[in-house]
Amino acid sequence: MGLAWRSLPLGAACLILLGAAAAGDEAGGSGQAGTSAAEPPATEEPVAQPAATEPKPGAELEVPPPPFSEGIFPCSDCHADMEPNPKRRVLTEEHENIVLHHDEQHRWCLDCHGATDRDKLRLASGQLIPFSRSYLLCGQCHGDKLRDWRVGVHGKRTGYWNGKKRYLLCAHCHDPHQPAFKPIKPMPPPRPPAPPR
Amino acid sequence: MSSGEDPKQSRSAGMDRRAFLRAAAGAGLALAAAPALTGCDRQGRLGLPKHLKELTPEELEELLHDLEVRFKAQTGRDFKVGADTALPGVMFGYGLDLSRCIGCRRCVYACVQENNQSRDPQIHWITVLQMEQSKGIDLARSERYYDPDKVPLQDHFYMPVACMHCANAPCTKVCPVKATWQEPDGIVVIDADWCIGCRYCMAACPYGARHFNWAEPGVPADEWNTDTHVLGNRPRPVGVVEKCTFCIQRTRRGRYPACVEACPVGARKFGNLLDPDSEIRYVMRHKRVLVLKEELNTQPRFFYFYAT
Repeated sequence: MGLAWRSLPLGAACLILLGAAAAGDEAGGSGQAGTSAAEPPATEEPVAQPAATEPKPGAELEVPPPPFSEGIFPCSDCHADMEPNPKRRVLTEEHENIVLHHDEQHRWCLDCHGATDRDKLRLASGQLIPFSRSYLLCGQCHGDKLRDWRVGVHGKRTGYWNGKKRYLLCAHCHDPHQPAFKPIKPMPPPRPPAPPR
Repeated sequence: MSSGEDPKQSRSAGMDRRAFLRAAAGAGLALAAAPALTGCDRQGRLGLPKHLKELTPEELEELLHDLEVRFKAQTGRDFKVGADTALPGVMFGYGLDLSRCIGCRRCVYACVQENNQSRDPQIHWITVLQMEQSKGIDLARSERYYDPDKVPLQDHFYMPVACMHCANAPCTKVCPVKATWQEPDGIVVIDADWCIGCRYCMAACPYGARHFNWAEPGVPADEWNTDTHVLGNRPRPVGVVEKCTFCIQRTRRGRYPACVEACPVGARKFGNLLDPDSEIRYVMRHKRVLVLKEELNTQPRFFYFYAT
């Protein structure tokens, strides 16, 4: 009972926090407009920056580039001249190595990949985002994980506990098409004590 | 443990204080002889050695230099022995996500490498326990020698255990020579040159977090981590107790402990308990948190939690 009451204001606080972050980004986002002006209308709109990229003063964060398969990006290298086919189907000529085990009954490629701009990801709203912000896509369903990730509790961070940190995108650990964490070989067990002589 | 070398016979020349105590007890040694047996940097009044905390900055500097010389002679490697003090306004806390840990033991071996633990005989500061989900946290039925092809095993979870850096640490209270104590930032440390190897602290620790060097530590010459702290990962002699120090040589310079950086699933969290914006404080505010053997009132600063 007490827990339920306590969690209510917490949830409210988080909403407020996200709202504030989004507002902050909109204000600062105008600077980027120049670079994206040449792009088609479906260009990236201002989106909420993760709290992770704007922590308290002095702390810095960096993120490695998205983990693309060798030679796959930019997608537009191949897709530039292709007419998008919005019909849901099994791919047979290319990308047939990708097996979707991620709510595959309800989704297929173009639910997450932009049809008009192949080098972008697509949110449920239709908004296109760069791969470097894929966490926004994941966070549409996994909002609790996104919230924890932003403060450094979900996922791995390295570097300095009181300073510059390096964090990872969701896709660095989870294959977006098969996100379940794969079992790995454990390191050797400790040696038991030798029997008495 | 595997080599049954007698610690008494293989104590290095550097173990001056224990040698002194033994000699003094056995032969009623004249105090005039003490300077020859004790390190010059540790002499106090009457020629008796001084506790680390009693050393002046100059004496400490001299001690660190002497240690570097000693380790060079022992290992052939150029060690850097630091003595960084606790950062002001910092109380370290640790979080481990039981819902994420997969029992891969990457942390165990990262710790061994970072902190110069003996490879043979083997010392691991971290013990990973495998338990059945249906039984919950049941130490009596936990398995530490698990070795399946792949982890995590179905229906099992994993609980790494190391020093809890208790706020009410039983181990520091039983030391007869004050060779172990809690630092202002919460790290429980051991002065390896002050420890007499009585192992009372090991008996007092309810977590099995302290380990004894039964033989001269065996570390291959090219595997020493030469960036060390005098209260942490400096090479230890035979016959002393050692333990996790939250990687004192790293964390006092702001870095994460080695186990945090080694964990492939991000289950390990570390930070300043006094900073309301730290990761560890977020964990304590928002997650289900538990400490091991809470009923003993050791008040660990190592918190297990469930993120999901």
